Amino acid sequence: MNRLRNAFLAPAWVVFTLLFFAPLAVIAAYSLATRGTYGGVSAPASLESWVRLADPLYLVILLRSFALAGVATFICLLLGFPLALFIARAGARRNLYLQLVIVPFWTSFLVRTYAWMFLLRETGLVNSALMALGLTREPLPLLYNNGAVILGLVYGYLPFMVLPLYATLERMDRALLEAAADLGARSWSALWRVVIPLSAPGIRAGSVLVFIPCLGAYLTPDLMGGGKTIMIGNLVQNQFTTARDWPFGSALSLALMVIVMVLLMALVRRGGEEGML
Amino acid sequence: MDTVLTLQAVSKQYPGHRAVDNITLEIARGEFFSLLGPSGCGKTTALRMIAGFEEPTSGDVFLGGERINGKRPYERNVSTVFQSYALFPHLTVRGNIEFGLRHKGKRFAGEMDRRIRAALEMVHLENKENRRPAELSGGERQRVALARSLVLEPEVLLLDEPLSALDPKLRKQVRLELKSLQRRVGITFLFITHDQEEALSLSDRMAVMNRGAVEQIGTPEEIYLKPRSRFVASFLGGMNWIDSGGLRPEVTHLGAEPPGDGERSLPATVVHSVFLGNFVQVQVRLASGETMIAETGRRDVAFRNGDAVHIWWRAEDELHFEAEARK
Ligand SMILES: Nc1ncnc2c1ncn2[C@@H]1O[C@H](COP(=O)(O)OP(=O)(O)OP(=O)(O)O)[C@@H](O)[C@H]1O
Ligand SMILES: [Mg+2]
Repeated sequence: MNRLRNAFLAPAWVVFTLLFFAPLAVIAAYSLATRGTYGGVSAPASLESWVRLADPLYLVILLRSFALAGVATFICLLLGFPLALFIARAGARRNLYLQLVIVPFWTSFLVRTYAWMFLLRETGLVNSALMALGLTREPLPLLYNNGAVILGLVYGYLPFMVLPLYATLERMDRALLEAAADLGARSWSALWRVVIPLSAPGIRAGSVLVFIPCLGAYLTPDLMGGGKTIMIGNLVQNQFTTARDWPFGSALSLALMVIVMVLLMALVRRGGEEGML
Repeated sequence: MDTVLTLQAVSKQYPGHRAVDNITLEIARGEFFSLLGPSGCGKTTALRMIAGFEEPTSGDVFLGGERINGKRPYERNVSTVFQSYALFPHLTVRGNIEFGLRHKGKRFAGEMDRRIRAALEMVHLENKENRRPAELSGGERQRVALARSLVLEPEVLLLDEPLSALDPKLRKQVRLELKSLQRRVGITFLFITHDQEEALSLSDRMAVMNRGAVEQIGTPEEIYLKPRSRFVASFLGGMNWIDSGGLRPEVTHLGAEPPGDGERSLPATVVHSVFLGNFVQVQVRLASGETMIAETGRRDVAFRNGDAVHIWWRAEDELHFEAEARK
């Protein structure tokens, strides 16, 4: 029995080791090396990269990343919850609507981001339309700011919020809503006191699935933020490209990973206590 | 009769299916009234139209003399005990009971705590008020569902097969408790069941439903002893069908000799007998090939399979049907 189990687990272990633990070990080693002149790393070992993490400059970037990812996650929740509720109640049409939620994944995220830039730039569709309608005389600064980054993040990760929310809402017993109405709760009270508390697992799962990739995003802040709004992902990317400081890039990404893991564990533990995640 | 709830020619039409067909009912204040009928006959649909989860296609519902068609469930002074109980899993026992008081029971503001405690005591759950539904037994959940509705003192309590989720042994015990609870609180109960024994033992009056329509309304005695249709007769216990009507097995007797004048009898052969403790159920075959069931005391002569016997009954025990059920 045990041998059979090991046999089945073996491929997973191989994959994990090759694709996850090994690269992680390499990065950990890099973070403790000295920066090579043309990229790469060289001897001797040094803690310098880790010490540099304490620089307030990077702390600011980290906090900004948390703030942007947090706001994007919250907006995803605000938009995703009603959408998921609507789909869960749509009866025979639910599968169609679920397909529509996933449709954006059929094309590359890069292409879709450029499409947004095309819409939002000064001479873009939105500004042209606003000006043609006489609603504004100057083009509005829709692109290359925090707002644009958040828009891009929300757009990109909304499906990751909708799907787990849909899964919990769809499973919810209709009789509970009828009981709420029977006991005197109007729709809003029922929503606050029954539907939302019972969707906690979906809210938690969706928030994690949106927050974590948002935190590490680099494409969206790079393109829609115009390089002005640097997030931690851009910082890491820069270390490996223009700055040619692989040890520091490695230390940054490891630090980010540890922070995310600690957050995730806290959340899972809370979910475990409530018996709901 | 002080009528609290009236259904006036109420029907519910679903696409291609008439779930409730022209029901008229009057339920008295404080009464234990049952709706009895086979699965799919429209009992739940009728109840849901009273609770406000469905609207009648035609007909009117009156509660305390006021027409309540079109009112939302939270505007109706009735409360439902759901078949699945529908307890809120994220709230404690106390939280579940408090839920209704906060919304529908606003008139009790100021005495909420006292009322919750009284409700908990009423269903003997004082020491479990902080448990979640998942930490309760089936019987306890059922009591929470009852307490949660009763604490609102609704004009009518609607119960949709509240005992069917319990195991059979517990069911009988809870049945007795339910009846005494209803007597104590004096609230009108509208109780749905497909179990004739439940309906007979609990109800002050009851209605038997078949295919969306009410076949007969009356006290359990009236309905059992004077069923108006073949459907009602056979739904509420065993029946032997004879040319002129029907006979209950318990008034059908067996003898080795033909009975005296004045009794009706037929010659028959014993096919099978079942010992049931306090009586014996004997199946016999008539010359015509039809079978009948007789119930005899266990002290009576023991009949063996193949014995030639006479099956007999008193003319006054025959049931005759004025209104024939649509088959
Ligand atoms: N929403 C609906 N749409 C269409 N038909 C329905 C709907 N709800 C119920 N029905 C039909 O109406 C009939 C009566 O249903 P109802 O639930 O009232 O039966 P019931 O007497 O409560 O049966 P049971 O004892 O099995 O609970 C059934 O044939 C059912 O299929
Ligand atoms: Mg039913």
